[in-house]
Amino acid sequence: MSDASADDRRAEREDRDRPAFAGQNRVRSVKERAIEWLLFGCAALSVVVTLAIIATLLFDAIDFFTRVSPVAFFTGTNWSPKIDQTYGVLPLLTNTLAVTALSALVAVPVGTASAAYLSEYASDRVRSILKPALEVLAGIPTVVYGFFALVYLTPALRAVGLPVSTFNLLSASIMVGVMIIPMVSSLSEDAMSAVPDSLRQGAYGLGATKFEVTTGVVIPAAVSGIFSSFILALSRAIGETMIVVVAGGMSPKLIPSLFESSQPMTAAMVQLASSDLAGDGAAYQALFAIGLTLFVITFSMNVVSNVVAARYREEYR
Amino acid sequence: MSNENVTTSDTGTDTDFQTDDDQSIASPTPGSEAVETGESTRTTGATHTVIESRDLDVYYGDTQALQNVSIQIPEQQVTAMIGPSGCGKSTFLRCINRMNDLIDAARVEGDLLFQGKNVYDDDVDPVALRRRIGMVFQQPNPFPKSIYDNVAYGLKLQGRTENLDEKVEHALKQAALWDEVKDQLDESGLDLSGGQQQRLCIARAIAVDPEVILMDEPASALDPVATSQIEDLIDELAEDYTVVIVTHNMQQAARISDKTAVFLTGGELVEFDDTGKIFENPDNDRVEDYITGKFG
Repeated sequence: MSDASADDRRAEREDRDRPAFAGQNRVRSVKERAIEWLLFGCAALSVVVTLAIIATLLFDAIDFFTRVSPVAFFTGTNWSPKIDQTYGVLPLLTNTLAVTALSALVAVPVGTASAAYLSEYASDRVRSILKPALEVLAGIPTVVYGFFALVYLTPALRAVGLPVSTFNLLSASIMVGVMIIPMVSSLSEDAMSAVPDSLRQGAYGLGATKFEVTTGVVIPAAVSGIFSSFILALSRAIGETMIVVVAGGMSPKLIPSLFESSQPMTAAMVQLASSDLAGDGAAYQALFAIGLTLFVITFSMNVVSNVVAARYREEYR
Repeated sequence: MSNENVTTSDTGTDTDFQTDDDQSIASPTPGSEAVETGESTRTTGATHTVIESRDLDVYYGDTQALQNVSIQIPEQQVTAMIGPSGCGKSTFLRCINRMNDLIDAARVEGDLLFQGKNVYDDDVDPVALRRRIGMVFQQPNPFPKSIYDNVAYGLKLQGRTENLDEKVEHALKQAALWDEVKDQLDESGLDLSGGQQQRLCIARAIAVDPEVILMDEPASALDPVATSQIEDLIDELAEDYTVVIVTHNMQQAARISDKTAVFLTGGELVEFDDTGKIFENPDNDRVEDYITGKFG
């Protein structure tokens, strides 16, 4: 190739209409910056709202604690804001724990088993039907679950011979458990599906059955994700409100009874909020004290979940 | 470990991978011309065929992965399967312990005999079969468990937990890993280097005392030093086990194997003979072209 033809080609290249790359970047950089700020604003909004909520909770709760001592609130065994003006949160707390524990008894085994089925056993066709069905379960409004518990589950429990009253802890807790099954199964299934296939092959190659591969290799390898799904689902159970309001009753007992009326923290808040209380009364402000307590509980659970997930996560290449 | 130890191990009789006491087992096929070898350093007298395929066809959906493969794999030797990518060598390996069962679209026709018994018969339990045919994969795949538990896994599956410590130690020694890990048996197998992980996987496979070890490109993900350690190990393993190894590395096949099977595109077994013969004077022109690097 001669130098002449190379020069020709360069001349030709320079003739082409190409955008200039200097001297006109001002408009573009302003536009870029504006977009960046807009996006930042949206991202910041949720943080601001969260902080505002925490601040509201804190201010009113602090106000409340100037009227009712924190010791009386956290150690009191009687919750009777309207009649006795006593604000012992312990019965509400024990009821919340009871609902959470019972719902975990339902959701953890059923959710984990569904996840194992979907991830390890189901054919593509079955999975394509079951998975959306489970996700629909997550989309049902919780008030519908509440009415289902009240109208069908409680009579069904009575029909099998359990001495349940119209509003009872057992029925509400089972329903909360059913509600959080999709959370457990969906997140656990993601964790199990992420286990590399080479591990399954290794176990099959040693003569493991499908069940042995699932329980001995896949679940242990996915344990951090499975555990996170439990914690997230339980946080959800702790915060669940409508089901326990509709089906669980309104009388908190320090030692909750399965078959009788109960009242976890969320339900107590609904009751307080829906009664005509003076805006500056202690009963009204008790709402925020309970809210703050709930917030601290679920927040710590999420922290625990993150720590555990980070500690037990296995890195695969 | 002696030959007797392998064949009369506590897994029971030769045919316990069957689901019932079918007595119609063919007697082990005596070595034919194809298996007789004058060159192997290991061969002492007549060789016994452990694995034999007859007109084996494998399909993945509509694609044929193996065509009419007939081969007799001798006991306690290293048989290498070589050939270009997609030639079906790994597919053949996975037919032997029925790992292809895990792929829905895979379909096998023809016979594949292990110790004279067709492993695709209805009365064969693939789980029990795999307990007698170990496998080592291309990527080291230790379980996210301790080194000890990795090696003990297969034994625990079979309920053979008596003298577990001894068996784990023995397997790690056979896999030439014991000296490197004996003080960290409780640590995760994933913390080892790639070459150590692969030797751990070999230890895991031999801990259950299988008769055959299938290796699917066991060194292709490793560096040259680790590769040479694995090759030395394979050589030693052939004292006790029948080793079938798939490799895309022809020099590796030449170095470590007694027998070499050459698969060419289309899933065809083109030539199977003593490794020396294949590499020095193959009968088939296409094999010669492949060996000398004209394609592949």
